[in-house]
Formats: sequence, C-alpha cells, structure tokens
Amino acid sequence: MSVSMVTAGSYLETLLQGQPRLPSSPLAWLNQLRADAVDRAGTLKVPPTRDEEWRFTDISPLAKLSFQPVRAVSSLQTADVERFCPEEAAIRLVFIDGVYAPRLSTPSNEATDLGLVVTNLSSAVSAHATAIEPHLGRHAGFQDNVFAALNTAFLHDGALIIAPRNAAVEKPVHLLFVATQKEAASHPRCLLIAESGSAVTVVEDYVALQEEAYVTNAVTEIALADNARVDHIRVQRDSTEAFHIANCAVSLARASRYQSVSVALGARISRYNLNVRLAAEGAECAVDGLALITGRQLADTHTCIDHAQPHGVSRQSHKCIVDGAAHAVFNGKIMVRPGAQRTDSSQSSRNLLLNAKARVDTKPQLEIFADDVKCAHGATVGQLDNEEIFYLKSRGLSEIAARNLLTYAFGAEIIDRISIASLKHRLEQTVLEQTRKN
Amino acid sequence: MIYQDSKTLLEVRGLRATVNGIEILKGIDLTVRSGEVHAIMGTNGSGKSTFAKVLAGHNAYKVTGGSVTFEGNDLFGLEPEERARAGLFLAFQYPIEIPGVANSHFLRLAYNTVQAQRGRDELDPLEFEDFVREKMKLLEMNPDFLDRGVNEGFSGGEKKRNEILQMALLEPRLAILDETDSGLDIDALRIVTNGVNQLANKDNAIILVTHYQRLLNYIEPDYVHVMTAGRIIKTGGKALALDLEARGYDWVGVEQRDAAGA
Repeated sequence: MSVSMVTAGSYLETLLQGQPRLPSSPLAWLNQLRADAVDRAGTLKVPPTRDEEWRFTDISPLAKLSFQPVRAVSSLQTADVERFCPEEAAIRLVFIDGVYAPRLSTPSNEATDLGLVVTNLSSAVSAHATAIEPHLGRHAGFQDNVFAALNTAFLHDGALIIAPRNAAVEKPVHLLFVATQKEAASHPRCLLIAESGSAVTVVEDYVALQEEAYVTNAVTEIALADNARVDHIRVQRDSTEAFHIANCAVSLARASRYQSVSVALGARISRYNLNVRLAAEGAECAVDGLALITGRQLADTHTCIDHAQPHGVSRQSHKCIVDGAAHAVFNGKIMVRPGAQRTDSSQSSRNLLLNAKARVDTKPQLEIFADDVKCAHGATVGQLDNEEIFYLKSRGLSEIAARNLLTYAFGAEIIDRISIASLKHRLEQTVLEQTRKN
Repeated sequence: MIYQDSKTLLEVRGLRATVNGIEILKGIDLTVRSGEVHAIMGTNGSGKSTFAKVLAGHNAYKVTGGSVTFEGNDLFGLEPEERARAGLFLAFQYPIEIPGVANSHFLRLAYNTVQAQRGRDELDPLEFEDFVREKMKLLEMNPDFLDRGVNEGFSGGEKKRNEILQMALLEPRLAILDETDSGLDIDALRIVTNGVNQLANKDNAIILVTHYQRLLNYIEPDYVHVMTAGRIIKTGGKALALDLEARGYDWVGVEQRDAAGA
C-alpha cells in the first residue's frame, strides 16, 4: 500500500484563505460555531492513506493545486443553466461557485407555498433562527472531519429548506450548484428541516460548465421530525478534473422515512460520506447509490447507517460501474446499537468492472450490538453474467448489444428509483451513452 | 401434426457434447419436420436440457461429434443470435431477470432484431405497444408486465408466460420449450399450453422437453422420444408417454438392454 503524506499546513492555509473576510452573522451562536470550526480545521490534518477511513483514496493531488477563493460574481444567465433544470421543479436555488445567485433562483413564496421555506441561508437566518439553531452544524460534526470543519469555517450562506408541519410538498425542490471557475474552492452548505408529518423531495445537484480543476467541499444536514418523509436525490456531475468532497448527515425522528438515491458521475476524485442516524423508534431509510466512472476517476462512497433505536428499517443498494483505469470505493457500515432491537437491515454492494484496469474496493461492515435483529448484507464484484448474455443472444441480440443492454440495466436499476421523471430520463441517457460500446 | 411432404427443419445426427469435459450427449439422432410436435422425455440428468441448450448455442457446452442442420444449414456455423434470427427459439426453463430494463423495451428489441433479419419493418415503441398487447391476450397477461423489469419479480408462471409471449412475437420456425410446464399450476398450465397450441402451424415445429406426461395432455405430440444417459433410446407415439407415466422410466431402459442382449 502506498502511503502519501500531505503537507497539511500549506494546503489548509490555502483553503482557509478568505475565511476571515466573511461578514459576521447577527447570531452569536453561528459566529461561535464558525470560530470553533476554524480552530478545529487548524488542528486537523488532511487525511493520508494511512488513515483507515481514507485507505483507498489518495487525495494528495488536491494539495498540488493552488486553490483560490471564489472571484467576482458570475454573469451567468438562466439560459446557461437551463439544461440542468428538471422541468418538474418550480422552486430552485442556484449557487455559482458556491455563491447564491438570486437572479437564477426561484425561492419559495411562503404565503402561496403552504409555508414552505426554500431560500438562501443568509437571508433567512434571522427570521428562522429558532428553527435553524437546533440543526445547523449539529448533525454534521467536524471534530474529526477536516472537510466538515473547513466547510463550517466558511459557513455564511447556503440553501435552507423548511418543510412545515404536515405539509406534503408536491413538487421537487432543486438545489443547483454550478462550478464555473478554474481552481476555485467552494463550500456549499444545505440544511433541510422536515417538520413533523411533512413530505418533501429535494434534488441536490452539482454540475460544471466546463472541464476544469476546482474543489467542491459540501456539507448537507437533513433533520426529519416525527413521521416526516424526505426523498433526497443527489447528483454529482462535476468536471472530471474536479475534486468533490461531501458530507451528508441525516437524523431521523420517530417513524420518519428517509429515501435517497445518489449518483456519482463526475470528478477526478470524489468522496461522499453519508451518515444516517435512526435516532428514534420505527425510523426507516432506503439509501441507494450508483457510481459510474471511467478514465482515471476515483469515486469513494462511505456510508454509515446507525440504528440507535428499536424497530428501525434500513435498505441499501450500492452499485459501481467502473471502466477504464478508474477506481471505485464503497465502505458501508451498518451500526446496530445496544437496545436497537427488532432492527431490520439489508445492504448490498454490487460492482461491475468493464476493463481489466478498472478496480473496486468494497467493504460492507456490520457492527451489531443487539441480539434480536435481522441484518443481511452481500457484496459482489464481477463482469457481466454469462447466462444473462446467453439469454439475450438467444433472442437475437448481438454480443455487443447484449453486453450494452446488461451494463445499462445494471445502472438503470438504481436510476429507476429516482422519483422525478425528467431527471431519471436524463440520467438513463447518460448511463446509456457512457456504457455503450461498439 | 404430421403432414405429407413436409419440409425437414432439423436434422440431428450422432450429436455428442460435453460440459466441463464430461460427456453428456452421447450420440443423438433426431429429425424434425415442419408441422410436427416432438416431446423429449427423460429423468433428471438424462441430457434433455443440455440438448436444448446445445441447439440454442450455449457456450458452456462443447460439441464433440455429430452434425446438426437447421433448414439445411450447419447449425454450429451460427452464433446463438444468428440461430435466433434464423428462426430457432428456446423457451428457458429458468428465464433470467433483468432489473433495470423494461420488459416492453426488451421485447421490442428482440422483435425488431428478428424483423430486420427477415426484411420486415421494425416497430416504434407506440406501434409495438399495440402489437404486443394483442399478443398478450393470447396468454391472458396483464399489460402491467410490460412496464416491469424483464422477468423482475415475476412468479414462475409469469416467467413462463413471458417466454411464450416471446415465442409469439418472434414466430420461430422451431421452438424448443425446456420444461415449460415446471412450476406451473393447472390454470397457468392451461393458459400457457393453449398459447403454444395457437402458435403451432404447419410451417413450424415444436420440441417439448419435459419430465412429466402431464404437459402432453395439453399439447399433443406426434412423437415421443425417451432420453437416457445422453441418447434417445426409444421413440413412439403419444401412447408412449402414457406408458412412461404408468410404468416409470426404468422399464424403457430394461427393454432396451434386453434388446441389446438378444
């Protein structure tokens, strides 16, 4: 195993540039949170591959680039980003290189949208301080996470969604993060509060206008109150030169349900940490993921589903399609804490290698401290199944057509779980184009 | 049905095949003419499913001897997909599931591939939808099965219906039905076999591979062949199947050995 060291000092200093220029918040607790994060970021190191959590993901190339704070506000027009916008979503927040772009956004109107709040954090922070305070920075801890600490150090703006009590929000909410600047470092932040009995669908979408190297370091926090339902679709279609690091922390109250599909297509190196905590009885989550990568891409997904209370249900299906000399990593921890009886959990990691140089490292990890639980997990790594190919050939399909169809199907099974038709269709096309061989 | 002057579709001579170096087929002879229904019966491990897979071109089986012609052409000169396009069809004993591909998409892909081969027009999704719905009525299939993944979560009976639906769409010259009756309840068996009967005509032929005589109450064979240890050891009419049902497979072997010893 190659061990790489990253000189923490220079790199973090670069990333922390510009932080002191942030305006201070009218809220003392928020200023304090930020100050704590700055302190913490100063003491943490960029994880080397010696760190078990980063064993397969060498992020030293990140340190070789000199990242700049985001420059002047971009002059993008709606037409420039239109192609990324699912027609089903009327409410949209657009961030350009991490900076809120009010001209391109259509926030919610609380009066006509049944009290739904979808707006940028900085403009809403005072009005909704009571709702925000118990959640912002409370779910995504940064004590031992340098990237979450950095993001929190920069916490000034971001996306805020509050689905009010018992509101069933019909149309999906689109959060679009557009990268335009070379060597820019941005720190997107999202907070979604689903009040009790509410239901909301959110698309968190990272796109690039051109193939440039930049770094996105995102943190998303999602809090579901009793009986709330959140459908979270995450699409990472960053530039294949970019670095994408993201932490998402989800907390589920009693009988709430979190459903997510995350799709990783872009980035030179990406790392997605998803932590889902079933913090009260009867919570449920379905967490699915697809990484579709090629060339020299690396896509690393670390998930932790934490069953802290009884009668929790979790379902997870993670798939990777790896072509070229790309490398996919999946580490899926299922934690069942003492007392979390009657937990019902299943996890599968299935991986398809399309090239002899492609590589997958998958590590399902079950840590069970309760005795009355049902936990199933499995992992497979392989090529296409010979019987499946024969079946299709026996129906007249050529070898290549059969292989293309099966590869597509492998990815489409996850994409199919996306509830927004136009986005699903778009991503299916992407899978089709990227897996098709002649 | 046996017709006078019908055309020979399949001619199997001394066919031998191995899987993982073990010989399973040890010299099979069989002639199938258009219009005919043949039943190949035998115990588990007799080689009857291997025979079906060898004809369809599965690459796990190695042909080590003999010849097979299909409508006069060397079958082994064709890839599995070419055999399918030439009009050979295998209804699988265990059809595979392909989650992520809508059944309608798969059916249309297969249909259009074979249509193109025959120099006929391909159908676009809307045209195909109408066409396939009509065919589904034959098998009393719910149109919902079009929108689901290929065989995904289908029951045993639903998978078999989907196989016969493919047969209805592809209109093969020769259909080999591998244990199509296994796992079917009486209602499903009636529906599936009724579908097969309606597809049988004087220009095509059917080979039924089955363990049980029960299937032959629904699809009447012109010939019944008994396969044991990789050979067809006895051929008769429909009555042979009834004998097998009453007396089991053992007596055929005994009779054969007696004949050989005499």
